[in-house]
Amino acid sequence: MSTSTPPRLPDAGHVKQMAEQLWSHVADADEHAATDLVLRMLDEGTDPESVLLDVIAPVQGRVGEEWAANRISVAQEHAATAINERAVAAVSVHPAARTTVTWGRVTVACVDGEWHALPARLLAEVLKLRGWQVDYLGAQVPTPHLIAHLHSTRADAVALSSSIATRLPTAHAAITACQSVGVPVLVGGAAFGPGGRYATLLGADAWAPDARTAADRLAQGRLPRPETDHQQFDDLPHLGDQEYSMVARNSASLVRTVFTTLEDAFPAMRSYSDLQRERTAEDLAYIVEFLATSLYLDDAELFTWFITWTAQILAARGVPAHSLPPALDLLARELKDFPRAGRMLRAATHTLTTAPSTAARNTA
Amino acid sequence: MWWLVDDTDHQLAREALHMERERTAFLAKASSTLLASLNLGRCMDVTAQMAAESLADAALTVAPARGGRLPVVTCLRGGAPAVSTLTVDPDDVPGLGEALRGFPPVPSRWIDPATAPAWMVPEGFGPVGSIVVTPLPGHGVPAGALIMLRKAEAAAFSDEEEVFTRLFAARAGAAMSAARLYAEQTAITDVLMRELLPPVLHQISGVDFAGRYRPSADHERIGGDFYDVHPAAVEGEASLVSLGDVCGKGLEAAVLTGKIRNTLHALLPLADDHQRMLRLLNSALLSSHHTRFATMVLASAVRRGSTVDLRLTSGGHPSPLIIRADGTVEQADTHGTLIGALPNISATTVEASLAPGESCVLFTDGITEAKGGPMGNVLFGEERLKRALSGCAGMPAEGIVEHVQMLAAQWLGNRPHDDMAVVVIATPRTHHLSAVNGHTRGRYTA
Repeated sequence: MSTSTPPRLPDAGHVKQMAEQLWSHVADADEHAATDLVLRMLDEGTDPESVLLDVIAPVQGRVGEEWAANRISVAQEHAATAINERAVAAVSVHPAARTTVTWGRVTVACVDGEWHALPARLLAEVLKLRGWQVDYLGAQVPTPHLIAHLHSTRADAVALSSSIATRLPTAHAAITACQSVGVPVLVGGAAFGPGGRYATLLGADAWAPDARTAADRLAQGRLPRPETDHQQFDDLPHLGDQEYSMVARNSASLVRTVFTTLEDAFPAMRSYSDLQRERTAEDLAYIVEFLATSLYLDDAELFTWFITWTAQILAARGVPAHSLPPALDLLARELKDFPRAGRMLRAATHTLTTAPSTAARNTA
Repeated sequence: MWWLVDDTDHQLAREALHMERERTAFLAKASSTLLASLNLGRCMDVTAQMAAESLADAALTVAPARGGRLPVVTCLRGGAPAVSTLTVDPDDVPGLGEALRGFPPVPSRWIDPATAPAWMVPEGFGPVGSIVVTPLPGHGVPAGALIMLRKAEAAAFSDEEEVFTRLFAARAGAAMSAARLYAEQTAITDVLMRELLPPVLHQISGVDFAGRYRPSADHERIGGDFYDVHPAAVEGEASLVSLGDVCGKGLEAAVLTGKIRNTLHALLPLADDHQRMLRLLNSALLSSHHTRFATMVLASAVRRGSTVDLRLTSGGHPSPLIIRADGTVEQADTHGTLIGALPNISATTVEASLAPGESCVLFTDGITEAKGGPMGNVLFGEERLKRALSGCAGMPAEGIVEHVQMLAAQWLGNRPHDDMAVVVIATPRTHHLSAVNGHTRGRYTA
């Protein structure tokens, strides 16, 4: 809790009701009603941190859930996020959110290829409220930009956000690069897995499940200066088998091969429209991308989870999921010389054919 | 029978070897830690901390004074480095003024610990036993000085230790010098680049504008695409949007975008005549020494009642796309020749009107020519862009811009690409008649 503003004890019921109202404004794409709502809460004396994390963040979480359940499109997700962004911006300029810098300096950024900027934005605002000097670099920050920024500022830490597991190899490169210039890294976001298990694997200095915990962790004291001569692949000796490199490098040709063979195996695919064919190719590309990531992390569970989730999405889209096992089988045949990939593909197929439609993990 | 062997020399040699190994390891660690950062502050931190851990009980890194103020990092053994900027005279400390001016170091036995000024001794350090001031040699100019303190009960610095300290100081000085050079270059680049960066767009007189730019190289921030929104000089007149693409990419192209943007700015009084503007810009580009040419689209946007009236003119540029409230995507029927290549140009201007929730998307060919997709070798193309935009009816301008840039980025994956710019002009969806209360930017009354 911020000590510089007199916080009104958040009344859980009231806050929940406000979140519900904000959701309805966001769903209506009514940005004015949305910003008015958060400004009114601040005027009435609600703690700004609570507005950000107990009202706006849950609404954004719900946007993600609606998208994952295929109830809204990607475009609608963007529209809702744009309105939430404006609500956050409204909070950040409200007099109640004015603070003085009492701590050090933190850089907040999203990994390259990560477009879900709102969690990072919320963290940046919360850290500002708690008296940090924050450099917020936004979504999709190329690692060279991040490092150039660290060279020209004296950040005490970097907070790095990633929501999609397939960004983890890039996140790993960014974590190692920040550490190699002497800046410790705190990571967060769904990409780092349940309990932040990949954060440890990829050598992050700290992990936090949400903005509040992240701010608390940074307030506990300076993260220790990382070892600078550490190299990215020291963490993951299994990469020596080159399976990740081969799959990642040849992903497009793998998708092409499996797509063509799948067309022969499923004559029904020939009657697909161009859009349907492109969707199918996209699904295959995601599968290959997740396979590469699972190989990178050496985690077969991640791949199985993704396949189970894809099956659910396909079902929600009204596409029969029975084309998934043959696709995995074709991939396994293409990758017959890769034992780790083979094991992952078999495990996923096994789960798919024995216990369908039970995704164990939250995707938002 | 007893053999008596004298191994004193052997023992001494072993100790000397051990000490040499430790020193080599320390220097190797110093080099790798110092080389890692191009930040002057962090280099000063590392220098003070490493010296305090291995060579002394406390250490201070001092950088040359700036405007009479001395940047100092102090570190106690086992502690964290602390930064301060002091208004003190370095000549008060024997050897410090000399070190900061690049004179040879003053031997430590000449420095009387009792004369150490209060700012030099960290809080709780106790009586000072000995002091060494070592210059940090830079590239041609002194990078600063390292002050090391030992407690009264500790042994004073030996000659040998002072020589070793100089080896460490050489590395620290080189790192600090490189960091200073980098900071100076970055400052120059930032100032020169400021005018070339794409502007941040927002609502002007009841019209929503949003834009986003991604240069072709990830390590750059500018390139051959540009956009601007110029508010009308008189309230009620149209704002002028320009978005264009200079042939080529990278810095050279970026410099030309700057010239074009300046020229367009100067031509703003003629903003109601797009064709005349383009003609004048064309002759300006032809007479410059650049051989590059550009394509661009001009858009004048003004709010009338609840709608936004647009006039659009393309000079050899992909036609803008208009998203209607029902999700229909129309291509604005404007065509023209590219700018800066031929003595005479022609272009057509079209008018359009945007109802609430409708928007107009200006983009560069970096979007449509993004090559990739799941199969890896397919162009993103205009059809795919139109299909994506048809799902964007009623969306806020920023949302559309972000959506288009994200789709193009995902289509590309890690493949190389051209500069990509998108600007969206939109009529706000909702009427909002409340008075401006000072909290939010750009509320309007319809």
